[in-house]
Amino acid sequence: MTAVAKYVEEGIAWLEIDLPGEPVNKITRGVRDELAPLLDGLRSDDTIRAAVLISAKSGSFIAGADIDEFVALKSRDEALSLVTLGQALLTKLTSLGKPVVAAIDGACLGGGLETALACTYRIATDDPKTRIGLPEVQLGILPAAGGCQRLPRLIGLRRALDLILTGKQLPGKRAHRAGMVDELVHPAILRPAARKAALRLAEGWRPRRGRGGITELALEKNPVGRKVVFKTARKQVLKRTGGHYPAPLAALRAVEHGLTHGISAGLDMEAAEFAELAVGDVSRKLVQIFFATTALKKDPGVEGEAPHPKVVDNLAIIGAGFMGAGIGGVAVSQAGVDVRFRDTDLRVVGRGVRAARRILENRLKRRRITKPEYRRLVRLLSGGTDWAGFRRADLLIEAVFEDLEIKRQVLREAERWAREDSVLASNTSTIPIARIAEALSRPERVIGMHFFSPVEKMPLLEVIVTDQTTPLVTVTAVAFGRAMGKTVIVVRDCPGFWVNRILAPYMNEAGRLLEEGVTIETIDGAMTKFGFPVGPITLLDEVGLDVAQKASGVLHEAFGPRLRPMEGLHRMTDDGRLGRKNGRGFYRYEQGKKRGVDEAVYEIIGAAPDPEVPSQDIVKRLIYAMLNEAARALAEGVVRSPRDGDIGAIFGIGFPPFRGGPLRYLDDIGAAKTVETLDQLATRYGDRFAAAPVLRQLAERGGQFHPET
Amino acid sequence: MSEPENGRRVAVVGGCRTPFCRAGTALKDFTAVDLAKHATVELVHRLNLGGNEVDAMFFGQVLPSPLAPNLAREVSLLPQFPKHIPAASVNRACSSANEAIAQGYHQVEHGHADVVIAGGAESLSQVPILHSRRFSDLLIGLNKAKSARAKLSLLSKFRPKDLIPVSPAIAEPSTGETMGQSAEKMAKINRITRDAQDQFALRSHRLAHAGTEDGRLAREIAPIFPSAGDEPVTTDNGIRADTTLEKMATLPPVFDKRYGTVTAANSSPLTDGAAAVLLMSDEAARSLGHEPLAYIRSYAVAALDPGDQLLMGPAYAVPKALERAGITWSELGLVEMHEAFAAQALSNIQAFESREWAEENLGRSEAIGQLDWDTLNVMGGSIAIGHPFGATGARITLTLANEMARRDFQYGLISVCAQGGMGFAMVLERR
Repeated sequence: MTAVAKYVEEGIAWLEIDLPGEPVNKITRGVRDELAPLLDGLRSDDTIRAAVLISAKSGSFIAGADIDEFVALKSRDEALSLVTLGQALLTKLTSLGKPVVAAIDGACLGGGLETALACTYRIATDDPKTRIGLPEVQLGILPAAGGCQRLPRLIGLRRALDLILTGKQLPGKRAHRAGMVDELVHPAILRPAARKAALRLAEGWRPRRGRGGITELALEKNPVGRKVVFKTARKQVLKRTGGHYPAPLAALRAVEHGLTHGISAGLDMEAAEFAELAVGDVSRKLVQIFFATTALKKDPGVEGEAPHPKVVDNLAIIGAGFMGAGIGGVAVSQAGVDVRFRDTDLRVVGRGVRAARRILENRLKRRRITKPEYRRLVRLLSGGTDWAGFRRADLLIEAVFEDLEIKRQVLREAERWAREDSVLASNTSTIPIARIAEALSRPERVIGMHFFSPVEKMPLLEVIVTDQTTPLVTVTAVAFGRAMGKTVIVVRDCPGFWVNRILAPYMNEAGRLLEEGVTIETIDGAMTKFGFPVGPITLLDEVGLDVAQKASGVLHEAFGPRLRPMEGLHRMTDDGRLGRKNGRGFYRYEQGKKRGVDEAVYEIIGAAPDPEVPSQDIVKRLIYAMLNEAARALAEGVVRSPRDGDIGAIFGIGFPPFRGGPLRYLDDIGAAKTVETLDQLATRYGDRFAAAPVLRQLAERGGQFHPET
Repeated sequence: MSEPENGRRVAVVGGCRTPFCRAGTALKDFTAVDLAKHATVELVHRLNLGGNEVDAMFFGQVLPSPLAPNLAREVSLLPQFPKHIPAASVNRACSSANEAIAQGYHQVEHGHADVVIAGGAESLSQVPILHSRRFSDLLIGLNKAKSARAKLSLLSKFRPKDLIPVSPAIAEPSTGETMGQSAEKMAKINRITRDAQDQFALRSHRLAHAGTEDGRLAREIAPIFPSAGDEPVTTDNGIRADTTLEKMATLPPVFDKRYGTVTAANSSPLTDGAAAVLLMSDEAARSLGHEPLAYIRSYAVAALDPGDQLLMGPAYAVPKALERAGITWSELGLVEMHEAFAAQALSNIQAFESREWAEENLGRSEAIGQLDWDTLNVMGGSIAIGHPFGATGARITLTLANEMARRDFQYGLISVCAQGGMGFAMVLERR
């Protein structure tokens, strides 16, 4: 089976890529082995005046290099030889002596874009499937087939860095505006446009490309200006990554080296950096997460034969408060479903509709949707104080006050108005779903959908199933959560579910440290340094102190002294401090911006802040509290797999991705070592650190949570 | 229960409307299309429509925006519906929504459609303002001009006064007479006193206020949540609960300062709003599980010389509609009459009740009927509620059908006067 077909017409060689048996094209060893001799042939064939590189698969030009080849790399040397092969192939392309047109429809990413960049001329389609970018850093590596060299030379240094350092992907139109492609056409005329370009190029015509303005001249076209650009970029990267991710810094070095010492030196640098990163731990972790989320996207959420999810066209939301509005806004903007709010007060309904509308407005402002799309989507939001529209709803989500009786009552009422086949979901962070379901006449249609706040920003959704929930209901909730753009994990119905369960001991421990006199800055600083996006005290403010208090209370009640919350929390809420949402928490807020620690809180919680208090063990106490609970909950079957557990922690709490998630991190440390540390902590700080039985078993038996890879 | 002469029976299943708000107030930022969409989305929810069952849409609008000339199609492209529902916008002046309903009625009657959404909308806050002819010519010319010289020569003809915009007047193109002047004229000819007009207007406000308070009017309304401000708009804002004859008496006449009697208080205000009703064949209503409010029994339109008494159309249309329905005026349990002006409403009522008028104008030996005031506009009319031109007909139809169902009355009449000397009348029946 061949992956590259070649035919010649009018002196133009058409190279058509079609990787057999794969939905998308990627650069595999096979493709490289076929392309290399083809290119050599073109070079020596005098009848051929130009070439076109195109895909036979619609919607996929070249989606990138073959990730399996990359994962299989065992050593630096192997990595170096792989990348050198790739570079050599593209060098063949650039030194063909004949113009080559890349005709791009669909994904043109990573190695695919680097291939296109090695061509003379690029035409892309304006099809929505066309995405162009260099996402390598997201897998902890850098573009190493000339991407760091050719992109800045084509579109300017700052624009190129923006793409290389973030991995963002542009649709055809924006790629055209950025100068990455020379022409933008409708997919129906991609081939004729490519033919025309190839014929003109064969005649010696060359496109005139933008020379950039004064800023480009000042910043990019001279060594002094470039130094400024690199310095700023490095600073931004460090700020964003906390120095935990080496790939963007390596890319910066490769770009700078190439601009200073020439392309060939730059390519060598790319290769060397790649070889280092490819077998490094951070990249390995990011690749594992990539595989885990890819697998999760295909996971129906139930074991065995999964029924087809019910189509959700109409969604009803009971409770138009902050959560309800967030769910509704995201449901409209991502899934395009009709959303009907119901609340007892029409003013609250109005606020909810407006808040949901703002989510759409933000997407419009950020050009994620067009004006006509906005006008269409905004009509999907409506609401009232009665139950109008509830018979239309395929799925109902209650997002009312976190109180068992209230939730039971509204769902009982909603059930009367809903169709018999509609799914009833409760958005709760603490209340057992079974307790809600038992009050309803169709408990088998009840499920939990735990969204995180703010819904439009937080990527995780916990779907909570009871013993009675039918598989159809589960797959429907999972599929809908995914349509809302969420990463969905299916969780067993137990107090705190997964995310809050493993978060609770971590937060409690942070509270204890506070009460011992450790300052807020010290605690938050230690954890952001560990790799969390925000520290635990900031997180408390974000989540809302009332919410946190409620959750920790429920968990304390369910699991006893091990999960005893900090004493001072209720005194904070008594003082009217709810966190960011009312502008008063552990931190001060001005116009929604976090300002600094509010020194008054120490007195409220009854602590005496003392910068001299030994802050050793901060990270250990917090992290091991979480790891220990994660091991325990996994053993109880709260999540279906260590994969789900890790993804839940990363997307729900912000557990550092480069550490792979709590269970992966446990595996890295090793059960025996973990138990040893926990024993020390237990002696020093109390029984709550007693190692989970499953850890002791693993330590004795030898073994780990994730299957060995 | 009567058998239709030919074709299928057409049911009014339900409906919904926006609040009606004086132009330039609460709804000023919404286009007529926005308002029509809002009313329709709410109708979909309240009547549990899936969207797929709708076969056609008709909407009335008197002053369409050049940017969205076919309002009905904009509505039928709402995301709640499949994209293949054909839709037409119609204009029969102030009876445009009635005309939309009549067209829907025919589609269902003939079996071309089972389910139709018909209604109307108007934003008088956002009437299209036009450039002067000279300025339009200049802009078009500049677009076509090829050379700089040609452009310059065109520009040299520009005069500042060309920038004065042209806004549509509510005047009769055939006579140049405005609606208000017509009403004023009718008041004089028919000897409708200022006091009678003010009494009529007061009645409209009192009944509309009562209908709002007891929820009968309010439940027809889909609350609107404007982007600015926290208060949802839930009721019509032209209704004055506290107005009195004394207060009304202080207002100066607008169209004839000296001898006039038509004032802002006894006329319908410029208004923004939209309304929609759901029509179905009897079989479709039953199979979709809807209990019809009423059925369309007959309708009629008429026109007279606009130079004559412009707003007298109903007096010609009503007897036709009654005749087609095969009923007499005395069988009517409710009458919903559009109140453009108190002078117009009272002039028409006078004509209905006058044997002489019937003899002279209809060649009939008896008056059309004697009005029982307890049956007329029982929740007020356009003077209090407001009058978005394109929407009023659907509001009146909805209110009549709702109230006929509530009181379980067999027959109800709709009467609407319109620009161009036209009148529209429709008879609804309960069973």
